[in-house]
Amino acid sequence: MIIDGSETSLRKFLSDLPPVDQVGAEARAGMLATRSIKTTSKAWAIDMAISMVDLTTLEGADTPSKVKSLCAKAVRPDPTDLTVPSVGAICVYNDMVKIARTELDAIGGESIPVAAVATAFPSGRASLAVKKLDTQDAIDAGANEIDMVIDRGAFLSGKLYQVFEEIKVIKQICGDKAHLKVILETGELVTYDNVRKASYLAMLAGADFIKTSTGKVAPAATAPVVLVMLEAVRDYFTLTGKKIGVKPAGGIRTTKDAIKQLVLVKETAGEQWLTPDLFRIGASALLNDLLMQRMKLRTGHYASANYVTVD
Amino acid sequence: MSEFDYASAPESKAIANIASNYGLFIGGKFVEPKQGKSFNTFNPATEELLSKIGYADKTDIDAAVKSARLAYTRVWSKMPAKERGKYLYRIARIMQERAREFAVVETLDNGKPIRESRDTDIPLAAAHFFYHAGWADKLEYAGFGTKPKPLGVVGQIIPWNFPLLMLAWKIAPALAAGNTVVLKPAETTPLTALLFAQVCQQAGVPEGVVNIVTGDGVTGAALVNHPDVNKIAFTGSTDVGKAIARSISATKKTATLELGGKAANLVFEDAAIDEAVEGIVNGIFFNQGHVCCAGSRLIVQENVADEILEKLKKRMSLIRVGDPMDKNTDLGAINSKEQLNKIHEISNSGDAEGANRWSPEVKLPTKGYWYPPTIFTGVSQSHRIAREEIFGPVLSVLTFRTPSEAIEKANNSMYGLSAGIWSDKGSKILWAARQLKAGVIWSNTFNKFDPASPFGGYKESGWGREGGRHGLAGYLTSEAKVSK
Repeated sequence: MIIDGSETSLRKFLSDLPPVDQVGAEARAGMLATRSIKTTSKAWAIDMAISMVDLTTLEGADTPSKVKSLCAKAVRPDPTDLTVPSVGAICVYNDMVKIARTELDAIGGESIPVAAVATAFPSGRASLAVKKLDTQDAIDAGANEIDMVIDRGAFLSGKLYQVFEEIKVIKQICGDKAHLKVILETGELVTYDNVRKASYLAMLAGADFIKTSTGKVAPAATAPVVLVMLEAVRDYFTLTGKKIGVKPAGGIRTTKDAIKQLVLVKETAGEQWLTPDLFRIGASALLNDLLMQRMKLRTGHYASANYVTVD
Repeated sequence: MSEFDYASAPESKAIANIASNYGLFIGGKFVEPKQGKSFNTFNPATEELLSKIGYADKTDIDAAVKSARLAYTRVWSKMPAKERGKYLYRIARIMQERAREFAVVETLDNGKPIRESRDTDIPLAAAHFFYHAGWADKLEYAGFGTKPKPLGVVGQIIPWNFPLLMLAWKIAPALAAGNTVVLKPAETTPLTALLFAQVCQQAGVPEGVVNIVTGDGVTGAALVNHPDVNKIAFTGSTDVGKAIARSISATKKTATLELGGKAANLVFEDAAIDEAVEGIVNGIFFNQGHVCCAGSRLIVQENVADEILEKLKKRMSLIRVGDPMDKNTDLGAINSKEQLNKIHEISNSGDAEGANRWSPEVKLPTKGYWYPPTIFTGVSQSHRIAREEIFGPVLSVLTFRTPSEAIEKANNSMYGLSAGIWSDKGSKILWAARQLKAGVIWSNTFNKFDPASPFGGYKESGWGREGGRHGLAGYLTSEAKVSK
């Protein structure tokens, strides 16, 4: 163990982390954005990105039929081309978990996990008792993954140990039934130093994945933020031998954006992170752009938006 | 999982439009050299012949200087400063419009990655013209007295590492200040200078204001020794710089000399480690290390040295070496066989003197001139690789225990061109910057250039400054001193 679980050891570990230089981190992310991904590597990247999408609907207006049609899209993103892989997961609110799980199981999507946003998503402003119940409720409904939010207020007021303990409690509830993704909401943490600190805090508390954002706050998954998180999982692996996943979410809408994310992964954490087990992209509109670019690569011309499904 | 190797993404060569031969650019026209001699320029990445270039000898230099003098006395010195500025703006805009063409030609002739010529060399060269265009009609307010005057005809000799950018550093301030120029590009990289000559024609720059003469060291010496040249501006090796200083010592000529360097890149324990590693990579592997201000000596605090080196090696394994025209290439070709031999010679002394060499596994192309990214650890101040300028992708790593030891090692060099400081602590950065004997000091970054910022060195790294107001001063004199 790199910390003994006490508040003192956690504080010591986090304050010993090297700082992030904002200008340097942004320059590195900017340079990687100039990589030119063409032909065969583009085709590979598009399919990989599709298999990494956490297809998401997190609206007040969500209904069972909306979620069901999303499930159909998740299993067969392009009904005219069955070589297109299924997506990484479906991501919904708690009350839609059972509907999604049942639907996926019924239409051949047994292997696609359902992720639930629990712990008073998106703000995290509720008592721990409520957050625990929220998580238990999602798992009882059949969630395979829990996307929890951290208490940003506690983090920013310096109550790091409280945030740490909360993640630990939620991880205990998840046990071996569900993977735990911890949403840092980097748009509210603001500095890269905070992003690095929160990443380690979440990993030390037992996160299986660290996730940038809820998608409800801008800016969300900017390239430098993802870079800093990828550095954190890379260095955590060197320290502990444990691989933690990364999930950027929010603002990734185009194939170009997604490929830039894969370049960041390859040149930061390394190629071993290029798998849906260790990298996911939280998105909704992205999938259709990936499908259209895939068609373009195959046929040589762009189809209209009517050639991909709106679900 | 399958591998995400980037498929090749080459920039098109077609846009380059390189002629099979070029004459000398004298008096606004391309003319054949008087003796009819020529030399070849090659693509160092493939060893393919690119073009035949006119060889200027003493008589051609004389013709070029005469044309520059004529243009100076009859046109350029009489023209209202505002009008001079317009020509510079025009040149800058044309360079931007033809940026892609310039980038491709630069990469073909020099061997540097297209990413660098596209994102650094060409935009910065245009920026230098824009910046100095603004100065042309404001010289009286620049703090050089009420009536600063140009020097007359300036002879300029530039190196092969940043061919167009060094041309811009030389020509833009000279023209803005009202001088006319005779410029000799490096023997191995004449093409962008000749393309620039076409830009001058396109911009309607008056005949003779800019003259480009191609050739070798003998050509350069003829320019230096020409009696009607008022100033020599040179960027290149310290040895040649010294020779120039000697040959103009009994004349009225002034000189600006930008010479060698062996920059110390100091990494303190409280640095942002990941960004420092990026800075180390950028410091020494940018432009294959063919950079006079390259951070070729990494001086790292002992208690973080292992961590830095481990991360540095991982990062170096990601450097993409190969076809400079591929948009994803990070490290291109060494510019010439001669330079490659020099890199081998000095680096091999590192092995012989007991330093430990490390390079990532890289597959170097079979044709052309290549050297893998290399670091030496266990380097002492007394090793040649810690003292001499290698001018290649070779980094010497030294360690220090206390800040004062870092400064002592950093300053223990015959050069003093640039230095880098990596620390998250402002007070330490300011303290170190005051102690370092170097003309340019970067903190938490490296190899950052801006036309407004003066560049130049201490000790054997040169005389004078280029860029900014300080650089402009080197092309002006106060009224009382004008002799012509």
